[in-house]
This record gives sequence, C-alpha cells and structure tokens, in this order.
Amino acid sequence: MTSAATPAAPAAPGTPASRPPWWRRLIGFNLLTAVVLGIGGYYLGWFIGHQISSPTFTYETATDENDVALLLAYLFGVAGFLIGMGFANYPVVRLLGRPPSLREKEEQGISRYFGLCTDHKVVGMQYLVGIGVFFFVGGLNAMLIRTELLHTTPTVVGPSQYLSLVGMHGTMMMGMMTSAILGPFANYFVPVMIGARRMAFPRVESLTFWLLMAAGFILVSTIFFGGFPTGWTGYEPLNNEAVMGMDSYIVFFALVGVSMALLGLNMLATIITMRAPGMTWSRLPIFVWSVFATSILMVLAAPVLIATLTMAALDRTIGTTFFVAGGGGSSYLFENLFWFFGHPEVYVLALPGFGIVLELLPVFTRKPLWGYRLAVSGMLGVTLLSFLVWQHHLFVSGINADLRPFYMLSTEIISIPTGFIFLCVMGTLWKARATFTVPMLFCLAWAFNFLIGGVSGVFLSDTPSDTDTHGSLFVMAHFHYTIMGGLVFTFFAAIYYWVPKMTALRFNERLAKWHFWLMFIAFNSTFLPLFALGMKGMPRRVSSYAPDLHGLNVWVSISAFVLGFSLLIFLFNVVYSLIFVRRRAETNPWHSKSIEWQLPSPIPVNNFTQIPTFDSDPYPYGTPSPPAFGEAAAPAPAGG
Amino acid sequence: MREPNHARRLMLIWLIATVIVTPLVVILVGPNIPPGNASEQASGHVTDNTVLLGMATPVLLLVLIYLAYAVIFFRQPQGAALEGPALRGDTRIQTVWIVVTSLMVLVLAVYGTVRLLADNGAGSGSGPNPVAKPSGPKLPVQVIAQQWAFTYRYPTYGGVETPHLELPRNQMVELHVTSLDVVHSFWAIQLGVKADANPQVDNVVFVKPTHLGRFEVRCAELCGIWHGQMFDYGHVVTPASFQQWIHQQQVTFAPVTRKLPPYKTTYLPEPTRRGE
Repeated sequence: MTSAATPAAPAAPGTPASRPPWWRRLIGFNLLTAVVLGIGGYYLGWFIGHQISSPTFTYETATDENDVALLLAYLFGVAGFLIGMGFANYPVVRLLGRPPSLREKEEQGISRYFGLCTDHKVVGMQYLVGIGVFFFVGGLNAMLIRTELLHTTPTVVGPSQYLSLVGMHGTMMMGMMTSAILGPFANYFVPVMIGARRMAFPRVESLTFWLLMAAGFILVSTIFFGGFPTGWTGYEPLNNEAVMGMDSYIVFFALVGVSMALLGLNMLATIITMRAPGMTWSRLPIFVWSVFATSILMVLAAPVLIATLTMAALDRTIGTTFFVAGGGGSSYLFENLFWFFGHPEVYVLALPGFGIVLELLPVFTRKPLWGYRLAVSGMLGVTLLSFLVWQHHLFVSGINADLRPFYMLSTEIISIPTGFIFLCVMGTLWKARATFTVPMLFCLAWAFNFLIGGVSGVFLSDTPSDTDTHGSLFVMAHFHYTIMGGLVFTFFAAIYYWVPKMTALRFNERLAKWHFWLMFIAFNSTFLPLFALGMKGMPRRVSSYAPDLHGLNVWVSISAFVLGFSLLIFLFNVVYSLIFVRRRAETNPWHSKSIEWQLPSPIPVNNFTQIPTFDSDPYPYGTPSPPAFGEAAAPAPAGG
Repeated sequence: MREPNHARRLMLIWLIATVIVTPLVVILVGPNIPPGNASEQASGHVTDNTVLLGMATPVLLLVLIYLAYAVIFFRQPQGAALEGPALRGDTRIQTVWIVVTSLMVLVLAVYGTVRLLADNGAGSGSGPNPVAKPSGPKLPVQVIAQQWAFTYRYPTYGGVETPHLELPRNQMVELHVTSLDVVHSFWAIQLGVKADANPQVDNVVFVKPTHLGRFEVRCAELCGIWHGQMFDYGHVVTPASFQQWIHQQQVTFAPVTRKLPPYKTTYLPEPTRRGE
C-alpha cells in the first residue's frame, strides 16, 4: 500500500526477500497471539473468580451467576489480548534497560493493519474500519428495535431481549462512536495538519484503538450472559439487580473511558507540543481546534465514568453499597456521577462534527472560514459550559430542585456558543461559490439537522416544558437529531471527503448521492414523528404503547428501514468502489488548499520529506494569496 | 447582470415569513400541543410551550430561509471555478448576533424560572422540600412505585393503600412519590405531572386537576423488563364522588391497611441485591 515516492522512508530492516515462512510469522506478537492469550486470560479469570468467590456467596452457587468470575475473566482477557498484541514489549524492554524499538510495523504490507502499528495513518484506517463495523452492529440493533415497535405489544422479541437490544444499541453508539471522528480522522490528519510526522505517543495511539475493539467485543458478548436491562445510562439500583450481562456493560464502558481519556491526552499532547514552525494557535485549522476541545472533554469526563463504574462493579461483587439505598447508598449518586460524565460525553460526539463542517465549508464555497476566532471561542465555550449543565437530565428527579433555575440558565447559555458555530456556517456561505459535492451536501444536512436538534433542546432545557418530554420519545428524537444528525452526517461528510486521500481511491459519485438523499430524507422521516410521539405520551425504551400511537410508529419503523437501506447503499459503495473498481482518485480532487491535500496519496509513512513551515492562515481561498505552507509545490500566484 | 442586494432581499423574505408564520404557529399549533388542560399545571405547560414556540419560530425561519437562499443563489456557475470573496468576519454582525442570542437566552431562563415557581413546580418532581409551595389546603397522596406497578396511599384517610388513583377536581394535591426498589418515574400524562420515584427519597409534586375525566399514568424511567407494561389510568372526579370512592376504598382495603407499616414519606426498600 505504501507509495513508492517516499524518499524520507528509511529502508525496512526486514525486506520481503528475507521473510521467514508463513507459519513462522504466526508466532510472535500479533493478532493471533493476542486472541489466544485473550481467551486464555478469560478462562484464567473465570477460574480464579470461581475459586475466590463461589463458596462465600450463596447466591452464586444457587443461580450459576458469578459476577466476580465474569469481571475477572474480562479483565484478564483484555490484559492477555493486549500483551499478545505486543503492548507490554516496550515497557518491559525499557525496564530491562535494553534499547527499545522506536517504531513498530510501519513498513509491513497489509499485515500492519492487524497489529500494533505506530504509524498514525495506519491507526486511522484501523479506527475507520473498526468503528464502522460496530456502527453497523449498533444500527442492526436499531432495525430490530423498530421491527418490534411495529406492534403495540411485545411480539417479535420478548421484553427482556427488547431491553437488551435497546441497551446494546444505545451503549454501542454512545460508547464506540465517541471516537467516530477523533479515531479515524483526527489520528490520521491532525499530525499532518499541524506539520508533524507522528502523534506524541504512537504506542498509546495504537492502544486506544485495540482497547476500543476489545471493549466492543465485550459489549456484544453480553448476549451470552443474559443482556442488560438498563439502557445505556445503567441507572442504579436496577444495575445492581441485573444479571451477569450487566458486567459486560460495566467493563465495556470503563474500557471505552480508558480509551477516550488516552486518546484525548494523546491529542492534547500532540497539538500542544508538536506543531511545526509557524503553526501558531491562530493558524490552527478549525478541525484541529475542534479535536482540541473534544480532547479536553474526553480527558476530564472519562475518568469520572471509570470511577463510577468501578463503584458499580464493587456493589455487584463484594457487597459495597455505594448506590444501594437499603445499605445507606443513594441512587442519586449514580445519576449525578453518570451525567457529570454523560453531558460532556454528548459534546464529545457533537464537537468534532462542528469541526468537520467548518473545515469543509471553505473548500466547497471557495471562501475563507468566516469568523475563525468566533468559531474557536464557540467550541471552547461549549467545552467549558458542558461541565455545568448535567442536572438538566435530572429536572424531575428531585435532586437539588432549588438549583433548577441555575441549570436551566446554564443549559440555555450553551446555545450562545453553539449559535456562534451557526453564524460561522452562515457567514461562510455568504456570497459563496458553492459546489454541491457529496461532502458539502452532508455538511448542509448537518446545519438542518442540528438546527432542529438545537431548537428542540430549548424545550427540554425549560423545566416546565421538560416535565412533559423528559424520558419520552421527544428526548430520543432530540438526541438523535444532535448525534445522528450532528455526528453521523459529518462522519459521512468526512468519509467522502478524506477517504479518497487515505486510500487514493474514489467513490462512485452516483451511489454516494443516492446514499445522501435517501439517508437525509429517511432520517427526517424517522425522527420528526418521534417528537410528536413523545409529546403524545410514549416513553422511551418501551415495547408496549397505546394503540392510538400505532399508525405513527409503523410510519417511523418503515422510515427507519429505508434509513437502514440507505446505509446499505453506502456499504455497497465501499465494497464496489474501494475493493472492485478501484478507480484512482486525483491527488487533490476538491482543489483544497489544506496541507494534507498537497501531499501524495496515500500519504507516505513519514508524511513530509522535510517539516513544513506555515506562514499564513489555513483558509487562503477567495483572493489570491500565498500558499498555506512553505513546502507547497503548487504554483500559487505571489503577492495578494 | 448586477448583483442584487442579497442582505435586503433576505431580510424582507424573513420578515414576511415571520409575520405570517409566527402568529399561525402561536394560534394554531401552540394550544393544541399536549398535555392539554386537565390540570392547572398542564395548562401552564401549554402556555409555556406556546411561548417557546413563538420565540423559536423566527430563529428557525431565519436559519432555514438563509440556508435555502444560500443554496439557491450562492452557487458556483456551471463549469466555472471561481473563488468567492475573501470575507473573514464582521465585528458588527458578530456583536449583534451575540447580543441578540444572549438576550433571548436571558428571557428564556427568566421566563422558565417564573413559570416553574408560579406553577408550584409546574408539575415536576421538586424534591422533599419544594421552595414553591401552594398556600391553602392540600390533599396529600403518596405514590409508591415498585416493579411494576404504582400504588397510592392516602394518609389523611387512615393511610389506606389502593391500586387505583382518583383525585378530586379543583383541589390542590400534594403527591409524595417514592419507590420500594429501583428508580421509576411517575408520569400522569394529561395532568402534566412527572416525578422520579427513588428509593429512600420523598419527591413532592403539586398538581391541581381542573377537568373531570380519565388520565394515563405511565412509568417514564426504565425499571426492568416490564417497564413498558407499567401503565394505568387515574380519574379526576367531583369532590363528592371522591369522598364516596375513598370511603369505599377504606372499607375494601381495611384488612390490608391493618397489616401495612404506618405511613411514612419513605420506606426502607426491599433488598435490591439478587437473592440476598
């Protein structure tokens, strides 16, 4: 896959001629070893769990349920998986005082995508495929949920399985998709955009990916342990009552938390310390700013989640009562801790979308970004405020009811910095020379969707109005408009925009347009009626509802199936264009002036032959102006 | 062709649309939004939602009209590769935008707070010691949630506990919502009432039913596999038939009432850990 034109790439120590036979290559630190050690670790943990726990708890012996065993099995399994992958090598070698390997698997062919690789571009591709797979698993759950809701009473799946589906869909989307843009696109393009050759911590970068994959696998494994009944919020004390499948949720979300925190930390370190000469803060591409803001949220919010879930796991195993009212604990404590993570979490999902839209609009409008500073302050404002609003999820809970005016105010204040982003979008569109390519269409769809999501959020932030809509499908519609309409649409914008650079292959444009239009129409047709359903009194997460709501539910389900079908078109396009047809993309099909498009595609291993210097802002569209960075080979007219 | 004055055209379209659409939304849509007028709180929500809609409509129209206008008029000519004007911001527009949005947010927050306090918590669960207490006589009713049913206890009628909910019309009711196991949420849909039921917590909510009739009660917080089946109906009745009904309940459930623990705002929940 590596381009031949990479003068900076040092010659690989193991050239293909001297490679050992295939069976020899299976031994060593690779995916196979990782899976073997992972399974081994799993059974070791299971065994230890039964040894230390089963004789003491009557419950476990009576029901064949042993949370200690399952939790240990998961933890040992993940540890084994990571060791097999080779993540322990570097620390061990350093401990032994030997010189460590400075880069790993950067030169190998296709196999580097299946292991620990320190090339940020490989990790980006890994993320894109890995997250894509779990995105489709989560989407499949949604299809099953909507199939069940074709009926007013539980018919297709039982009520228990229905809740497991709801929980898996929500948890998968809220967990895996936190990295939907930071994982693939920030890992791939942030180092390039700031003129660096790699991330600050390349091994940690790879670790975040493999942790996320292990987590996703654990979440899916919940179906072998009875699923979990709590939805993605995992409220106590239902959490404490639930069967062993709940432990899958706990371990999944804790691992996602670790992955998020490390990813955020890595991004912050990279953006702060590794900018090339001339890449001042005011020249940072707006996408990098959004990654920066998101990373702050990840680093500060994820540890709270990890701590909360650790407490939940202790409640379930060794009999602490943090969240059990009967033992002096409080269900409020869990709600507070969860939403202190949970609200920043939704901005972790929304902020990268802002960045993508503002980054792509200048390219397709042929104009500089309008209001750069306003956009940056909007993102940082959202980051700060998102830690001050979490109790708006708890307006009817009775927690600190006297503080509700404050949370109402702080929640509504968040619409000011979000409004900045809209003003920047509108300003950039002003007198534009817009071409409506597929990425541009997805960006415009973002503006429409997020507008509806934002306006419905005003109703939810108002306590009297929230009394009717809290816990109803209105909320569900609202956050699908902001997250699916805000994140997933920009995720596809980024895919259509950047994958031609990442793979050097182009998508079939006609299929892409079909995908867009079908997805946009079906999305709105699915989620707009849900506002009405919520207002009419249909709660979230139910499989039985009033018969007079049946017609609307059938409409929503059919729209959801069309939405699912539009994603199949995308999948078909991926397989068709990137695997079978393989038409080569131009180096810079969008005529972007951003630095990543000036490099050959795919980008060589070390990105640059020589670290670039930056001497102008990143959006030199419109009037003739000097090139964005010193190394640019494109003959740009001088002066201006 | 001379470039038209886009700003003036946009302004005009938006003004006309706002002047036409906003009153239509406020008059036609607003009053028809659930939950209706079954209680003072529900009517308050309708007013509140109407005001919010009235404020949101011009904003929604502004952005939508702008987007549509931009898509129609700010296009790259066919086959051309022109660059747009290099505009990088406008301090005046940004200042106006910030001031206007900030003012709207302040108005929203102040209005929401006033409604919340004036409607005595607006039908939302307000914790054990609500600040906005209604004056005058109140009928206390305890809502006890458990997997997967609500029961109701009337402390002023001998602490009788019944699976049915009836409330007298035009009487301020003080609901005490609590749970015996996991978190539930008491949602009386047409009354505009929602309050979480937490174990060991007394969540108070005030509601004054104003119209006779049936209302739906649903659980609005995921509470286990039969969460979806946790629904029921309550009735708003005349004070006279309420008296008749509650005495009948007292007689019917007298054997149960004797065995119940004395009325308290919360009850020690049953163990929630499986099997212990």
